[in-house]
Amino acid sequence: MATQASRAAGRLMISPAVILLFLWMIVPLGMTIWFSFLRYNLLIPGDNPFVGIENYQYFFTDPNFWPALWNTLTLVLGVLAITTIGGILLALLLDQPMFGQGIVRVLVIAPFFVMPTVSALVWKNMFMNPVNGLFAWIARTLGFAPFDFLSAAPLFSIILIVAWQWLPFATLILLTALQSLDSEQLEAAEMDGAGAVSRFFYIMLPHLARAATVVILIQTIFLLSVFAEILVTTNGGPGNASTNLTYLVYSQSLLQYDVGLGSAGGIVAVILANIVAIFLMRMIGKNLET
Amino acid sequence: MGQIELKGVTKQFGDVEVIPPLDLQINEGEFVVFVGPSGCGKSTLLRLIAGLEDTSGGKIFIDGKDATDLRPAQRRLAMVFQSYALYPHMSVRKNIAFPLKMAKLSQAEIDKKVEGAAKVLNLSSYLDRRPGQLSGGQRQRVAIGRAIVREPAAFLFDEPLSNLDAALRVNMRLEISELHNSLKTTMIYVTHDQVEAMTMADQIVVLQAGRIEQVGSPLDLYRHPRNRFVAGFIGSPKMNFIGGAEAAKHSAHEIGVRPEHIKAGQSGEWQGRVTVSEHLGSDTYLHVQTDHGLINVRADGEIGLHHGDTVWLTPDPACIHKFDANGMTI
Repeated sequence: MATQASRAAGRLMISPAVILLFLWMIVPLGMTIWFSFLRYNLLIPGDNPFVGIENYQYFFTDPNFWPALWNTLTLVLGVLAITTIGGILLALLLDQPMFGQGIVRVLVIAPFFVMPTVSALVWKNMFMNPVNGLFAWIARTLGFAPFDFLSAAPLFSIILIVAWQWLPFATLILLTALQSLDSEQLEAAEMDGAGAVSRFFYIMLPHLARAATVVILIQTIFLLSVFAEILVTTNGGPGNASTNLTYLVYSQSLLQYDVGLGSAGGIVAVILANIVAIFLMRMIGKNLET
Repeated sequence: MGQIELKGVTKQFGDVEVIPPLDLQINEGEFVVFVGPSGCGKSTLLRLIAGLEDTSGGKIFIDGKDATDLRPAQRRLAMVFQSYALYPHMSVRKNIAFPLKMAKLSQAEIDKKVEGAAKVLNLSSYLDRRPGQLSGGQRQRVAIGRAIVREPAAFLFDEPLSNLDAALRVNMRLEISELHNSLKTTMIYVTHDQVEAMTMADQIVVLQAGRIEQVGSPLDLYRHPRNRFVAGFIGSPKMNFIGGAEAAKHSAHEIGVRPEHIKAGQSGEWQGRVTVSEHLGSDTYLHVQTDHGLINVRADGEIGLHHGDTVWLTPDPACIHKFDANGMTI
């Protein structure tokens, strides 16, 4: 790519892919923005008049909006806390030499390959079900009353399910980071009189900062849009106790057939995701600099 | 303080015996160099002394006390690693202060000691930089700084100069020697480079396959190698070995002559042809193909011999080493 001709040729060659990807992104986004300014309900046939920010006013004043916003943030932060802390602990454990290391490592990643609907159904019916579930059986065996997870603590249950799915991802990335730590650094720290705990906090944890940043950034992107797990377990309920923004948009646009309101919600979610991204980059983005 | 004694120390990795029973005495204030080809167990031996590896048998005494089962930090030894092993996320100041912080010294005391070490090592203006912003030689000095603030009983160096370029290596060699002269602390230094061993050591320990081949002062090893291995390992370029009839003349299985003890001239004992000549100005290295094999010659100053020239070689009779069939010196 040295000469002007080869640079021009290069641009020409990649242009189909770039143009396609750009259209792929900009057309749905443009249409969503356009729909969000229309009165557009599938149950009310006829014209779709331009109504300005009316849909946004409805969305923000919806009694479910603020709870959904808090639920979204609680879900993201809860899952992040469990997966990063749990991931670091699991990575430390898996880094120890042990029998059957290769097989164990493959098994650890397995939950990540189970699709969200399936894993949520498994958790709902086989673990958390108050009659047939494993947890209920354990509680009864120990003489306690079974706990109805999905109706008594719906958001917490969903956090558990989602964390279970994402824990392997965090563990795997943190494990590879841990393995890239120079063993001489740990030995030097040992010679310098640092015990196991000091070595973890002064040497390992700073080394893991960058990998943890990647884990947090990637997970945040996906966790802001958790949907399948909520749909198959609680349907956002009871009431709005487990409704997040994605689910709110779904319930307004599809359950109420209001394309305009749903589009407005979608745009709000996009803006919110960007605000979260900016905050995240401000807080932990410096870890990615060399 | 800083006397180290190994008694019957062994080390096995699985079924492989890396170090057969080994005895060694290192006196206080000595600069001891472990030297040997790669894989000879010299680094393992150092790590055994440091406590980073468990011994499979035998005892290690430091200052007369049994230290075999002590943890590394309790042995009062400081180690400088080949990769420097600096903590990349800490500033130079924090790197040097780390062992003191772990020893729970007061902040004022830590600051004083760090400043002192930085002054000795010319690091004062780099204290707030990260290791990544330093050159190889500076990183090496930080690693040494981290070792000296602890005021250890002995320093352990594991091939500390092998990551530096040639010019810097010579400099750091001098600095470490000077450091030893001013601190007077016992130092154990591992290297595969016999030049480093010869220039720095009070005592050289030559190792092969985990066994100690010979212990002695540099010149002692140079003049009186105990066997063929030590003779070949110490000295650069390598000693020439000649067997067969020529050795039988000296009633030996094999004889060895160092390149600097052979005279090249128009007449002499062995005739040969120059294959390669290296002219350094101060010395001339000749590779000569003779009836007894390829012989290296090192001559002082410039000799006008080039590829293809015929030359006669004469060994200095006083400097011929004789070996028996087992490779031991006669």
